[in-house]
Parts: sequence; structure tokens; C-alpha cells
Amino acid sequence: MNMTMTIPTTTASTITLAEAMEFVWTEADLLDHAVYDEWLSLWTADARYIVPIEPGVTDFGNAVNYAYDDHEMRKKRVERLLSGQSVSASPVARTVRSLSRFRMLKTSETACELRCAQIITEFRRGRERTYTGDVVFELVRSESGLKIRRKVIWLINSTEALGGIGYIL
Amino acid sequence: MTSLAELTSNPDELIRQDRVRTPLYTDPAIFEAEMTKIFHNTWVWVAHVSEIPNNGDFKMAQVGLDPVIVVRDRKGEVHVHLNRCRHRAATLCEVRKGKTSSFVCPYHGWGYSLDGKLRGVPYENGYNEEQIDRSKLSLKSLRVEEYNGLLFATFRDDIEPLADFLGPAKKWIDLFMKQGGGYPVKTLGEHKFRFPGNWKIQLENTTDAYHFPLVHKSFLTAVDKETEQQLDMLNNGGFVEDLGNGHSVMVMIPELIDLDDNLEAPIPEKFADLAKELAAEGYSDTEVRRIVRAVGGSGFNINLFPNLACSMAFFRVLQPVSVNETEIRHIAIGMDGGPAAANRARIRLHEFFQGPMGFGSPDDAEVWDRVQHGAKGGEDMWIMLHRGLNKEESLPDGRHRSDVSAETGMRAAYDQWKRMMAV
Ligand code: FES
Ligand SMILES: [Fe+2]
Repeated sequence: MNMTMTIPTTTASTITLAEAMEFVWTEADLLDHAVYDEWLSLWTADARYIVPIEPGVTDFGNAVNYAYDDHEMRKKRVERLLSGQSVSASPVARTVRSLSRFRMLKTSETACELRCAQIITEFRRGRERTYTGDVVFELVRSESGLKIRRKVIWLINSTEALGGIGYIL
Repeated sequence: MTSLAELTSNPDELIRQDRVRTPLYTDPAIFEAEMTKIFHNTWVWVAHVSEIPNNGDFKMAQVGLDPVIVVRDRKGEVHVHLNRCRHRAATLCEVRKGKTSSFVCPYHGWGYSLDGKLRGVPYENGYNEEQIDRSKLSLKSLRVEEYNGLLFATFRDDIEPLADFLGPAKKWIDLFMKQGGGYPVKTLGEHKFRFPGNWKIQLENTTDAYHFPLVHKSFLTAVDKETEQQLDMLNNGGFVEDLGNGHSVMVMIPELIDLDDNLEAPIPEKFADLAKELAAEGYSDTEVRRIVRAVGGSGFNINLFPNLACSMAFFRVLQPVSVNETEIRHIAIGMDGGPAAANRARIRLHEFFQGPMGFGSPDDAEVWDRVQHGAKGGEDMWIMLHRGLNKEESLPDGRHRSDVSAETGMRAAYDQWKRMMAV
């Protein structure tokens, strides 16, 4: 008898590392290939995309960040990249990001916290630059699969002077 | 003849009232001369008092290319020391900011008190008394003066007091500080970014309203209609005024010169929720209006030669790195002791435009980069700074005023540049 057949499909199991990795790799791929509509749909309604400056900050809302985006700001960021109005995003830099060194910090049936390393290489107007950092994802399970509730990008050089970043890290 | 030599023998070949020649952006020898002739000979902004509020607080800064430490000593007095040990030059501090009771050199352990005096020398018996005369081995300290919270330092003991150097800019600094909304102004954090271009390209930009509608089109598209209209600065009756000594002010939103004026005006739609929140917290109607007004920032940029701007709602600090590399810091400011919701609103506005991921700064950085790239060609060609010259009015002390998109502020800065460099 096939045991799995008897498990009701509504019972969720703990979010696995493999499941979470597959999801954030897809997110990375959507950004590198500028599939922004789909990227925007990966987030919960109250989600934040955060690029902090000060290492160790916890109260992001009361701190100056590089980015502290709610849905509205993520949408505006995408519109800006597509508008052709921004000279630093015309054309948008080409990027390849690689996510690795995954570790599940916490997980349950409904949510998980995943940490990984991210290295992005950007290329634009003859110049290649790299941004390296830790990324901490808070993912939640929804009816339509995993969603991002929070993504925090901890650049290793966040307190140094960066170059203009005319794309989404 | 080299450009630098020409500068003293025949300056008109390099810089005139309405234009400057390309080597001002590209010649390493001119850059090197600027770092001494300008940055070692004038008042250079190093900190805001709120960055070092308590005794023992310090931050690292630079005066030109010289690394310095800005520190408040045990008695509350502010010092600016060269960040260089008197033994064999190691830096004493590589921590951006913090609190300490002394500075101890990591190399051989010479220790200095916060006021710069040499206190401890390990294995001191390796020297005789005369060799280690402490009165001659204090840290090299710069002269420091403050105006309305702004701390400046200079290597020169004999130049005019800071207040005289700022002159007519003082009145504008006082107006700018009104965005404390009844509280002292306090720094909240900063964005730092670099662009591959000469520092004067950014210096010019602080009084360049002309670029705004084009370069910041994507920002103007992202803001609400009311804000977009307010920022339609080429059509709002603004002006640029030369304030002497290379300083200038560019007024982009004339009704936001004095933030206490016309407080009964309707609260902008974008601040309606904030106003409600403040009222619910118990702030009076007048307080709410003053705080909300302050959150929106001032309607002008003050360009203080050579390295600071008080720019609408933040401090812009310019740090030359090399002839074709410049670091910019955009320091967010808010209300010290003011409502958290108001400071949060200010921070969000800051993040929106400023910094490497803002909706404004990357586009600025891109066009400045393009200026430096373009300036690789046509070494003998001119950078034109003549916009608005035809409409310029004359003010006392040889100063000028013209319409908001005039290059009057840039002419003022280059005039001071010439006074300091062509000697
Ligand atoms: S260099 Fe500082 S103690 Fe020797
Ligand atoms: Fe700009």
C-alpha cells in the first residue's frame, strides 16, 4: 500500500532546506533576467526588502538604510528600472548573482529563516563591480507556495562608500 | 607650460569669470596643489556637534587628504587632531566613530590623552629626558570653531574667524537649522558613495537646478503630484545668490525659506497621516504644523566652499580622493528629542532620493561620471559656466544674484578657487 496516498494534501510539512533554496534561487534568477512582475508577486503584502548600513542593526525602521522597501517602493523601483527615465538605469546594469552557503536558521510548517551568501557581479559601461553579502530571508508558506516576508541584504562593505547601484541587489 | 605653472603666471588661460579649462578636472598636479593651497588654507567642515555629543566621543574625518580625529575631551572641549602618531606616523584610530578615554598607538604603544597630550611611552628609559620632552610631542592639533552646530577645522592659525569666513551664509545656516522643528538638529545616519570624477563636479552640482528636471525625471515620476509641483524648481521663482568666499545659496522653493512662515498653510497630502499620528500623540496643532513642516525640509541648498552643503534636508560632505575620484556623504538629519514618527518620516524621505540605491543619487553619480569621461577629450576646451550671467544683479561686496538655474553659485565657487590657487 502506498502510504503517501493517504496523507491529506492540506497538511503542510516543515519547510525544507531544499524547498527554500529552490525558491530563493528562482527569485535570484528573476532579478538577473529582469522578470520584475513575477518578482513583485513573490512577496507577502506586508513584506520588506531591506539593505541596511550599520552592521547588527535590528530596528530597521528607525535607522537609515540603503533601501527599506514596502510593496509600494518595490513597485516604484521596478518602474524606475523600466521607465527609461533614469540615466543610471539606461541601460540597466547586467547582473549575475550567485547564492550559496545556505543554512536554515529556523523552520516550521508555516515559516522559515534562511541565511546564505550572495555575490553579485554587475557589468555596465565597461565597468565590472562586485557586491558581496549575507542575505537573510524570512519565508512563509502561502496557498500559492512560498512567499518572502522579509529579505535583508547585509553587504560586507555596507559602511564603506559604494558605487551607484542602479538595479535591485 | 604645465597647467599648474600657467595658473600662477597666466591664470586667464585656465579660469575666467564664466568658464574654466578642462585640466581643472583632469590634471593630477592641480589636484595635488588644491589639497594644500585650498584644503590646508581654509575652514574645512569636519563634524556636526550631534555626532560627538558626549565627552570621550570621537569620529574620524579628513581635512583634504589628511586623516583627522574629531574628539570631545573630558572637559567637553572639541579637538581636531591629525590621526598620526608622533613617533613613526601610524594612525591612532581606525574606528569610524565611538567613545574612548585615550588614544594608544598600536605600533609601539605611545598613549595620548583626548586633548592630544603625550601621556605614556613604553620602556621610556630607552630615551633621555630631552629626547622625550612631552611638551613637544603632543598630537598635531588643528584650530576648531563652531557655527550653529557645524564644526570646522583649519591648519591655519592666522586666517579669519569662522564667523567671518561664513559671512552672509550664517543667516542661511540659521534658517536651515529651523528644520529641527523646535528641537536641536541631530544627525541620524549617512549614505556614502563614490563616483569616478573630480570633486568640483559635485561642488558645482549643489547649485545646479538646471539638471534637476532631466536627471531626476525618474524621481519626479515616483513622487506624488504635490511634491512634483513643488520640485518644478525652474518655474517657481527661485534664485541663486553668491554669499562670498566661494559660498552660495540656491533657493528652489521660495515658500520654504523660513520654515516658521505661514504655518497655517494646509498640510501637504503626503504628510496627512503623520500629522494625525502626531496629534494623537498629544502634540498641539502648532507643534504638529511646525514638526510636519520641518520633516519636509528647507527649500534651498547652501554650498559652503570647499566641502559642505546644507542641502534641503541633509548635509552633503564632499571628500576628494584623487583627481578623478570623489567620495560623497549624505548625512540625514532630524530632531533631537523630537517625535520618533517624524524622524522616521525624514529617514524614509532621505532613503528615497539619496545614497547608492536612492532614486536620485545614482543618476547624479552617472552624469558626473560622464563629465569626467568626456573631459578626457579636448584638454584645451572650456567648461562653460555662463548661464544666467546676462540677468545677474549686483549685490554689495561684489556679490551677485541671478535666477535659480543660473550658474552664479558655480562662478562664486570658482572665483574663490582662483583666489586660493592662482597664488
Ligand atoms: S608609531 Fe606610534 S608608537 Fe611607534
Ligand atoms: Fe542632482
